[in-house]
Amino acid sequence: MRTRLRKWSLWLGAAAFLTLPLASWAQLSTFDIETRIGAESHVGNITGHAKDAKADYRRYCVGCHGVLGDGNGENFPWVDPKPRDFQLGVFKCRSTPTGTLPTDEDLFDTIARGMDRSNMPQWSTFTKQERADLVAWVKHFSPRWANEKPGAPITIPPEPEVTPERIKAGRDVFARVQCWKCHGVQGMANGPSAATLTDDQGRPIQPFNFTEGARPKCGDTDRDLYRIFMTGLDGTPMPSFADNIKPDEAWDLVFYLRTFMRQHSKEKELAKQLGLKPVDPNAPAPAASGQQ
Amino acid sequence: MHVKKRLQRCNFAYFATSLSAVSLILVSVVLTCSQPANALPAFARKYGLRCSACHESWPMLNYFGQKFKDNGYQLMNDRDAPIWQNPGYWPVTFRITPIWHRVSTGKVEIDTYSGGVVSGSSLQRVTSSGFDLSGLDFHTGGTLEKNFSFYVLPSSDATASFHFETVMARLDNLWGSPWLNVKLGKFELDNLLSEKRILTLTGNGGIYQLYHFIPVGDGNIFGQMGDNQLGVEVLGHSFDDRTRYSAALLSSNDGQVGLSYGNAYTGFFAASQAFDAGRAGVQRIGFYAMAGEAPTTWLTQGGILFQGANGTGPSAIGNKTFSREGFVGQFYFGPHVDLTVVTQHGEDSAWFGQGYGDLIDGIATANNTTGTTLPAGARNPTWNGVLFEPHYVYSPQLIFIGRYETIRMSQQANGPGSALPSASNLGNISTYTIGYRYNPFMTSRAGFAWHNEYNWLHQDGTAPDGSNINTSELLIGFDFDF
Repeated sequence: MRTRLRKWSLWLGAAAFLTLPLASWAQLSTFDIETRIGAESHVGNITGHAKDAKADYRRYCVGCHGVLGDGNGENFPWVDPKPRDFQLGVFKCRSTPTGTLPTDEDLFDTIARGMDRSNMPQWSTFTKQERADLVAWVKHFSPRWANEKPGAPITIPPEPEVTPERIKAGRDVFARVQCWKCHGVQGMANGPSAATLTDDQGRPIQPFNFTEGARPKCGDTDRDLYRIFMTGLDGTPMPSFADNIKPDEAWDLVFYLRTFMRQHSKEKELAKQLGLKPVDPNAPAPAASGQQ
Repeated sequence: MHVKKRLQRCNFAYFATSLSAVSLILVSVVLTCSQPANALPAFARKYGLRCSACHESWPMLNYFGQKFKDNGYQLMNDRDAPIWQNPGYWPVTFRITPIWHRVSTGKVEIDTYSGGVVSGSSLQRVTSSGFDLSGLDFHTGGTLEKNFSFYVLPSSDATASFHFETVMARLDNLWGSPWLNVKLGKFELDNLLSEKRILTLTGNGGIYQLYHFIPVGDGNIFGQMGDNQLGVEVLGHSFDDRTRYSAALLSSNDGQVGLSYGNAYTGFFAASQAFDAGRAGVQRIGFYAMAGEAPTTWLTQGGILFQGANGTGPSAIGNKTFSREGFVGQFYFGPHVDLTVVTQHGEDSAWFGQGYGDLIDGIATANNTTGTTLPAGARNPTWNGVLFEPHYVYSPQLIFIGRYETIRMSQQANGPGSALPSASNLGNISTYTIGYRYNPFMTSRAGFAWHNEYNWLHQDGTAPDGSNINTSELLIGFDFDF
């Protein structure tokens, strides 16, 4: 009996020995974050300070993004898409190349714009200073900001005039880079790969449905769409096409995608006049413009 | 003996230390186990946001909550329509508050007895205390479809006698513009400082006196901005809600159903502009104006009050005018301190000042029938008032509330030429309210507040002997909703 007790004690002791460091690791993680409380952001002539955003974060953000900014707030089980894990330092909406950190302005704009079709509202109610402080607060969660600099924003050339030829060229780009595999041939998010997509955390994710009238998450202007192709949405299966399509082709693609959208547009009118048909998934992919 | 005393002292010290330690631990546990706080759970459940996202302290809205309300209870994230909700989602919340309160009213005329029979009366302070209940509210609101919203609020008094406090449907963002929204039904006026979202609960402190002020002897109940009104409202706002306006056409019946007041209407207009003030927060200033007509002549049949035809109630004509206007400012001084200021200038027609207007207990005690004239010296009663409401928000879970209101008559209904001119300060009001609300937890599922409040109200010249009356109330309760 005594031997059995001794054995149990040993097991308990070992278990405690193994689990206690886990608890201290969690504390260390918090400690790590707290060491970065001096984080700053710079948006225009405004300097944001992480420490000044603590109250706002607690009031407005912590329910989803969690105390540690890991996206594990109390609402985590109920919201879909899941809240962003700030500790990873990976963000969808950027003006910077894929794999790089976003600029402070990118985060600043995202807070005000919100994330459509998610539980992230438009926080345009904050003052600019409060938003800049929150950007600094978001940055303080991830060690990436301490070790890396944000990427350089991509250059977006002036938007060309929409022409029927450009819309047709956009359709070719859509076929060539196989946007249809996820977004579907009519932009209805029903491509053959759509059901299999997962984000970088392995969670199912849906491609954007251009036809349901919703706004793209990272902005709905033509420049925003252009930026999305060229920077990709990090953390999602949407890659950057900066290496695959030329700037002019990216504009063509913007115009073609506008033809799917519910909102009335010049592109839609032109597509109607052209009698433009959806791409044929079984047809050979068109060659890149430089190869014709 | 000496040792025994020392031992006793030791034991006492040990006991005291232990008690302190246990208390400290309990307090720490309560404080550290406290979760962030919540709001109308019907909305919080739908959107997964904490109460604190929309409420400075539930139920008072913050700027984000005001924007959510102005958007027709929509986040505008393309997931507002019920089609996106779990089919089992039912947007209902109830709220009730069990309380203990002590009410003390000065200078009440009480009979005096001699030999078992009433021999006269004297003015006494009457104090009552005990456990009690608030009324019960069933809130249900949200969207019927994207840009079609609604709110229905059956509300009872403490005896479960129900009425409809709010019933409205709203068309939002007409032609895709946030500047055009239309609301029809019974609703709260667009008061920036909302009485329906007041943080205090006592009889006199649980309303804004400024929103309900009626001069002594005045018969106009129709200008009470704090009561929900029946009508139609057009409202709009900028995308970020910095600029807001609303214009409402209301039936002059103080929100009572049944067309029982004839054909009188009131207009209410409000507008405000918010400003970015850096870390201090967003400041807002605005104004409101209410102008309307209400009846003074009740139709009679056989000399008694006409009870209406086709299901309507008593009917009245002889409309007279009234108005209320003022400024509102909401000032923030960082995340913890804010101050709301409301002013009011009010004026009623001299007819109301003489007691014409509403029925008293169903009887037209003053009826402006043909040939009725105003007595000599009758004037339009007018007054000015101001309200200051500061808050200290320690955290979304703990808020300290203060309020000072004062209303001063600037012109009495019975002027110097009257047979019985009124004292210039008759009916003036001053009231203070202090309190705090502590939410030990806040989730997106339910809300609970431990509420403590004290109100003191002073009114000039309204005691039976013409002296001043002081009333006070202390209230402690559990305010909860689910």
